[in-house]
Amino acid sequence: MSALTFVLKQPLKQRVDMSPLVCQRLTELTLTQIGALPLQQGKQQIPVEALFEVSGTDTAQIVIKNSSDKLDFIGKELHGGSITVEGDAGAYCGMGMKAGNITVLGNVGLFAACEMKKGQLTVHGNAGDFLGGALPGNKMGMKGGVVLIKGNVGERAGDHLRRGVILIEGNAGDYCGSRMTAGTIAVMGKVGNHLGYAMRRGTLLLWQSAKIPAMFNDCGTHTLAFLPLLFASFKGLDSKFADKASAFNRVQRYGGDMAEMGRGEILLKSVA
Amino acid sequence: MIINGVTIDATFAEAFPMKATRAIITAQNEKWAMISAQAMTGFATSVIACGCEAGIERVLSPEETPDGRPGVSILIFAMGGKGLAKQLETRAGQCVLTSPTSALFAGIDSDKPIPLGKNLRYFGDGFQISKLINGKRYWRIPVMDGEFLTEATTGQVDAVGGGNFLVLAQSQPQALAACEVAIEQMRKIPNVIMPFPGGVVRSGSKVGSKYKTLGASTNDAFCPTLKGITRTDLSPDIESVMEIVIDGLSKTDIDKAMRVGMQAVCELGAEAGIQRLSAGNYGGKLGPFHFHLQEILG
Repeated sequence: MSALTFVLKQPLKQRVDMSPLVCQRLTELTLTQIGALPLQQGKQQIPVEALFEVSGTDTAQIVIKNSSDKLDFIGKELHGGSITVEGDAGAYCGMGMKAGNITVLGNVGLFAACEMKKGQLTVHGNAGDFLGGALPGNKMGMKGGVVLIKGNVGERAGDHLRRGVILIEGNAGDYCGSRMTAGTIAVMGKVGNHLGYAMRRGTLLLWQSAKIPAMFNDCGTHTLAFLPLLFASFKGLDSKFADKASAFNRVQRYGGDMAEMGRGEILLKSVA
Repeated sequence: MIINGVTIDATFAEAFPMKATRAIITAQNEKWAMISAQAMTGFATSVIACGCEAGIERVLSPEETPDGRPGVSILIFAMGGKGLAKQLETRAGQCVLTSPTSALFAGIDSDKPIPLGKNLRYFGDGFQISKLINGKRYWRIPVMDGEFLTEATTGQVDAVGGGNFLVLAQSQPQALAACEVAIEQMRKIPNVIMPFPGGVVRSGSKVGSKYKTLGASTNDAFCPTLKGITRTDLSPDIESVMEIVIDGLSKTDIDKAMRVGMQAVCELGAEAGIQRLSAGNYGGKLGPFHFHLQEILG
């Protein structure tokens, strides 16, 4: 069976809500029925076939070709199967995802992996602000799963993160790990200002020196036993994080945010 | 049946169902992993008074442990799940949490998880940190030497306890030497422990006693000093009897351990003063698992 493929016919002028096109909602539908599904574009509802050329039969594997950064909600609440996006994805990619895999070969917009529960989101390009965050007004962001960003991420990555792992091979913007409740964010590149702002619990794992906020206190240099286990869990990823040379277990530990609960930590790879 | 001059009694060892678990203890080096493991499996020879039977299964190389450090795997057996969980938690808290550089991991998967470090985390007084890695929950508990890392749960499985055989010899040193050789071979078998000191028990028991408060008492039929005054199972030339008790995760595991142990004793043979191999049973009333010595060696 060939993957169910959606090829975008032409550049979009309006944003499109792609949430109906997830694996579990397409099983047992014919190509004609899929082509007739309504998609919200701006203020209008238009059928899938008006925007995409649809082919293939395997609804457990979806491929979106010629993708655009105006395609929002790709893989929303995906509950198994895989979605591959050849190109960019818009906002809310993988929002509330429960299982499965989403791979984006380009960039993703705001709120990628927002309130995600399980599964894996891999982005070969960059991610916008509020990666793995919570919807405005909500208190809990991503609750599980793995997010791997090979490029850079915007501001407030992991805002309100509750559980799960966010791996960033590039740089992270300001307020990385803000208001984190728990979970792990690992950044191989540089991080911006206000790291871990209002962080309650959780771990920020850094490879490069960072401007440590005043609300984080130095707890000294330590060899931590959980780090080898954490790095071992990255072994199956197609990422620098899977590289043995990237692993370490000796860190400078900073505890904070002391203006909050103060049970969070920034673990900076020790050079000593 | 006679092997190398050693008579194999036409009898059987009687074993009973138990609940078991395995835990892996790691440390900075094998020495400290072993110290911790010895503490955790200490005072655990018999469920009669210890609450559980526990022992060291084997030493693990760094490649075999979850955190890549030297380790030791231990098995704990108890009569029921509740008792097992209580013993595991108490021993983990007092013997592994306290042991320098140690970490504690689950050693067996099952659909019945029991707490390993799940409740020890409260020792962290709010500073403990949870990490969910590959679907397994770990607790990082701050302690004075750094951090104690422990997996939250391990698995509980059905198991078999009380496999045994008796070595009857012409002298005490000969009985002990034969048991030592047997234990050395039996320790190579996975999934079993020999919970008594050094794997050998010299005070085998029978069910009941003349004293109402005691449920078990000395197995007088196999006590050489009582040969003339009790209904003995010993011939005049037997001066010492020692027993090896085996707990295993399955009947097959105990079978294997008994076979290699008894074969090792038989290899020493009558020349080394070994007269007979026998086994302890209670007429088949105590447990559903029967290990017939002649079948095992057949």
